[in-house]
Amino acid sequence: MPRPLRPAPGPAIARVDVHLPDRLRGISAEYDDFMHIERNVACNMCHSMRQPKALPQSPAELDEFHQGLVFRHGTLSCGSCHLLGDQTALRRADGTAIPLLDAIELCRQCHGPQARDFDHGAHGGMSGHWDLSVGPRTRNHCVDCHDAHAPQIPASRPVLPPADRGLTRAGALRSSTTQGARR
Amino acid sequence: MTAGPTRRVALKVLGGTLGAGAFAYAARPLAQWTAELSLEETLRRHYKELSAEELAQILRRLEEETKKTHGVDVQIRDLPAQEGVSFGYALNLSMCIGCRKCAEACHHENNHDRRTNNSYIRVLEMEQGSFDMERGKVDYDHAVPAPGKYYMPVQCHQCDNAPCVTVCPVEATWKEKDGIVVVDYDWCIGCRYCEAACPYHARRFNWTAPEIPPEEMNPDQGYLSNRLRPQGVVEKCTFCLHRTRAGRLPACLEACPTGARVFGNLLDPDSPIRWVLDNKRVYVLKEELGTRPRFFYFFDV
Repeated sequence: MPRPLRPAPGPAIARVDVHLPDRLRGISAEYDDFMHIERNVACNMCHSMRQPKALPQSPAELDEFHQGLVFRHGTLSCGSCHLLGDQTALRRADGTAIPLLDAIELCRQCHGPQARDFDHGAHGGMSGHWDLSVGPRTRNHCVDCHDAHAPQIPASRPVLPPADRGLTRAGALRSSTTQGARR
Repeated sequence: MTAGPTRRVALKVLGGTLGAGAFAYAARPLAQWTAELSLEETLRRHYKELSAEELAQILRRLEEETKKTHGVDVQIRDLPAQEGVSFGYALNLSMCIGCRKCAEACHHENNHDRRTNNSYIRVLEMEQGSFDMERGKVDYDHAVPAPGKYYMPVQCHQCDNAPCVTVCPVEATWKEKDGIVVVDYDWCIGCRYCEAACPYHARRFNWTAPEIPPEEMNPDQGYLSNRLRPQGVVEKCTFCLHRTRAGRLPACLEACPTGARVFGNLLDPDSPIRWVLDNKRVYVLKEELGTRPRFFYFFDV
């Protein structure tokens, strides 16, 4: 006697939130506090006291702060996205300011296909629940995966090399099973 | 008439003694049997014929066994499929960088053997311009993504016309109502026909009982998914049944650092998976075999 199916998912009651990474709230101070938690310094911590006279064209012009910033993001310059005078805001292409936490709206201006895919859950990844009648879902923010200044995901070393019997020495799948699979 | 034993009686006694001895010898495994394998496990009915009480009993017994062997308190559940839910999975080949984080997440989520780095996911490093899965390399060990290559993670495709289910001689594997192909590890006889039948190399055989340090064991377990497997049975990806039937996303999806994986309910027209299937260029691996998978590859164009 097969057990009855559970009822269908109900209406979506849980939220889909976009994660807000620390990167949008400040900059790493590159030291840990006494609890060994990486310290994040809010932009205004320094910029409320100190304002640059002009936005630099490239990171090479940075002589005191933000040094060593790696920039590989097309032909953009600092002023393409940053505003002189308000470090908690970003500059849209039409010159209007948006809060730093709304950075997705900034990325969206140029990266249309990615934004479209993101809006439909097909770009960027997520965690939590597929069934929103059970629990919430958290979407990754653009800068969770991409460094806004060098957006290409850097090369990495793969984890967990397989070590099972299904492998030949050459690392290909074993040919006996291969033959059967090809038919 | 002579008094005392006749030849006939002597033969009867001899035969009887030998017979009893032979029976005792033949029945000897029974004495060891009860210790390792309980009577209820041996005499139980097929999964699909179990009553709710019998199933609950089995789950409690398995939990106790894990407590005994590993000293871990685990929770083994068996949520039935849901009305109006049919699972599908899609993977963006344009995005995958071959980091194998999905395989690692699977390894931990599904209580895989630590010694063999087992996982339900194999990431194939493929030559650009070829879709020949058999020439994919799985043990690449260099910085990824490598130039000229692309990466194709392969796991169970949960085929609607599953060759692995057809070949099973004992019905230890079947397709659930929500599309997931499952294995009853306590019913499997380990013949490995299904492993040979699968065109996606998606099934794994437990040559030994999986070795897992107790502190690393995932205590959230499902009867048909990630509970501890015994030696000599076949296992496979279940789209993390214990998670997905509780409304959660699969572990491999959450682990993907590029967001290449999309999972959801195929019957929900507003789900991300449906948007991908409706709007992206979708590729079905070995479509010509007629297996009708629920796992799709797609591309960004």
